[in-house]
Amino acid sequence: MKKWQIGAIGLLSASLLSGSFMALNSSAGAQGGMVVGVSWSNFQEERWKTDEAAMKAALTAAGATYVSTDAQSSSEKQINDVNTLITKGAKAIILLAQDKDAIGPAIEAAKAAKIPVIAYDRLIENPYAYYLTFDNVEVGRIMAREILKVKSRGQFVFIKGDPGDANAEFVYGGQREILEPNIKSGKIKVAAIQATEGWKPENAQRNMEQILTKLNNKVDVVMSSNDGMAGGAIAALAAVKLAGKVAVSGQDGDLGALNRVALGTQTVSVWKDSRALGKAAVEIAVELAKGTALTAIKGTKVFKDGPKKVAMNSTLLAPIGITKKNLNLVLDAGWIKKEVLCAGVTKLAICK
Amino acid sequence: MQNLQTNQAPVVRRSLLQNLGIDAQLLTMLGAIVMVWIGFQIWSEGLFLSPRNLWFLAVQSAVVGIMVGGMVLIIVARQIDLAAGSILGFTAMVMAVFQAPPPNGLGLHWIIALIAGILVAILIGSINGSVSAYVGVPAFVVTLAGMMIFRNLTFSLSNVTITPLNETFQILGGGNNGSVGPLWTWIFGLVIAALILWQTLAGRLRRQKNGFAVRPMWAESLVTGVTLLIVLAFVLVMNAYPVPGTDPPVGSGIPIPVLIALAVLGFLNWMTRNTRFGRYIFAIGGNPEAALLAGINVKRTMLFIFMLMGFLTAIAAAVQAARLNGATPTVGRDLELTVIAGAVIGGTVLSGGAGTILGAGLGALLMSSLENGLGLVGVATEQQKIVIGIVLLLAVIWNTVSAKWRKG
Repeated sequence: MKKWQIGAIGLLSASLLSGSFMALNSSAGAQGGMVVGVSWSNFQEERWKTDEAAMKAALTAAGATYVSTDAQSSSEKQINDVNTLITKGAKAIILLAQDKDAIGPAIEAAKAAKIPVIAYDRLIENPYAYYLTFDNVEVGRIMAREILKVKSRGQFVFIKGDPGDANAEFVYGGQREILEPNIKSGKIKVAAIQATEGWKPENAQRNMEQILTKLNNKVDVVMSSNDGMAGGAIAALAAVKLAGKVAVSGQDGDLGALNRVALGTQTVSVWKDSRALGKAAVEIAVELAKGTALTAIKGTKVFKDGPKKVAMNSTLLAPIGITKKNLNLVLDAGWIKKEVLCAGVTKLAICK
Repeated sequence: MQNLQTNQAPVVRRSLLQNLGIDAQLLTMLGAIVMVWIGFQIWSEGLFLSPRNLWFLAVQSAVVGIMVGGMVLIIVARQIDLAAGSILGFTAMVMAVFQAPPPNGLGLHWIIALIAGILVAILIGSINGSVSAYVGVPAFVVTLAGMMIFRNLTFSLSNVTITPLNETFQILGGGNNGSVGPLWTWIFGLVIAALILWQTLAGRLRRQKNGFAVRPMWAESLVTGVTLLIVLAFVLVMNAYPVPGTDPPVGSGIPIPVLIALAVLGFLNWMTRNTRFGRYIFAIGGNPEAALLAGINVKRTMLFIFMLMGFLTAIAAAVQAARLNGATPTVGRDLELTVIAGAVIGGTVLSGGAGTILGAGLGALLMSSLENGLGLVGVATEQQKIVIGIVLLLAVIWNTVSAKWRKG
């Protein structure tokens, strides 16, 4: 038989007899047909589709099956969803919690059924769960380090995320940690700090306009906590002809933001490759389902910086700061197309 | 009907307000704005009333200003539009996707993108309107559904921010080159002044001819004089903010989005007073059964109101996207609440039948002034919302109480 025929038959059989047959392809036959359940909080947010694709690929590679539910932003529905996943025979549950506290009963249900839970991307402060996310404090640190490479003194403006979101404080905390020596020595002046309702770019824009008026345009750096708000701040800077002259940070690897990095109006976008997160979640889920202890997962560290300071077994993946110098990373990963990255860019070598 | 003639001695002693012929509501609004402005002027150590800040305040008020008049008409007709923010988001995304170069968008001319967005929003408005008017589902429910549908259609259209947008399109947002310049600002001011004078004189003559009461001459001159002074101050302030980076400084003039908002509010104000359609809306809001018996096509009028709101939402969407230089999937979220709050602060009664375009415009300006001023003095975002909430509550209490006084 030719290779494609093997492939075709393999695929066909897999779809017909999903569980048992796929076990033959897997090197570790013991976990054959294992079901991993994923409970999404709100799958309509596009970002999770990237994670899902990575999870599915990793599950296929491990010979396991994917089942999922979508809580549609309802923490009540999510508790039912987790029970549904248990009923469907999930041996491990990857849980993107809508609400880290309201999800409690679902964790207890999983605990009773002895099914391991991975708190995916968002913290669940229950030590039964394994916490997997990007290091959001590190996101802030990376922003600050990249900004310091460009401007180590002057008037700094902090555009923080939503006042109700714990991640907003993590990012801000990371920024301050790195900048603190220069703030103490007086090189950096904290000229303004403003939180942004709902992380909304249009709010960030208005806040930035007001800050620019207050400071009479004397701003050297905008420490924006994400790319969307950086876009709003840069629109405000552009209206007073300061875009490109002021260093601006961001995170998420938004396509528009990466284009701005190439154009030179944004300094850094910290990129969290959600495909790496999805892949890691599946690998950990499969390990835990086999009975491995939480503490025995490779690279596990204790995280206790949540609001309630609960000690959690965790893996925090390191994000990457994308600047003008390493734009090739996002291109090579297929994260962004060259014509989007390079729209309107003439000077950069990577865009030629 | 009162048949007071000017050559007769007034039968009833008229109060100062009656003499001035201004709505007490409107005067309260103006008073509140003046107080807030003076308060912020002191608190911000003279920054608030600087030309620069007032110029930005005008731009920041434009999006809500464009939509608030439409919302007044909807509320007056005893309806509500909870989908406005989602429709704005969807329309902004349509406009962005149409004009962004491939692979993010279709790469079409920005005018085509603008027209496409407007058509989409009018279509959505006509769906909302016909389901409420002809099927008889309460607009609250129809637009609540619309809020969910169009927010998520926005996500489906593009889950990522579409940016940058066409540079000419960005002019609609008032950024670089987004103002008309000093000369056109003066021309605009003169045209408005002429319109005000003409309307005052013509209106006065018409009322006299038909035997209606007119303001005493001194009151007429005072009101017209103050209005003209406001126009003059507006022109001077807009021209006093220089285009950034010009040396010697060149005045910016009126930002395009502000011009659009003023045109919209002016038109709607005229429409509600002088057209059959405008009067029908108030008749329907006052008493739908009576309006029906009087031969008004209530259903068609409601349909038109929602289509008009769709159109205004599209214009606001264009301004918002142009101003931000991009459309984000979340743009306009919760905006309907800001617009409704502006209308209510401006004296629109939520049970229908009463409301003015001018009042709502001032209501939007008051809300925007609070956000602007609190931001300028550096009050934290979360505390700003508390203040705005309190002002909204006070405004509604005042409206309710003063309405009782006027009746009693």
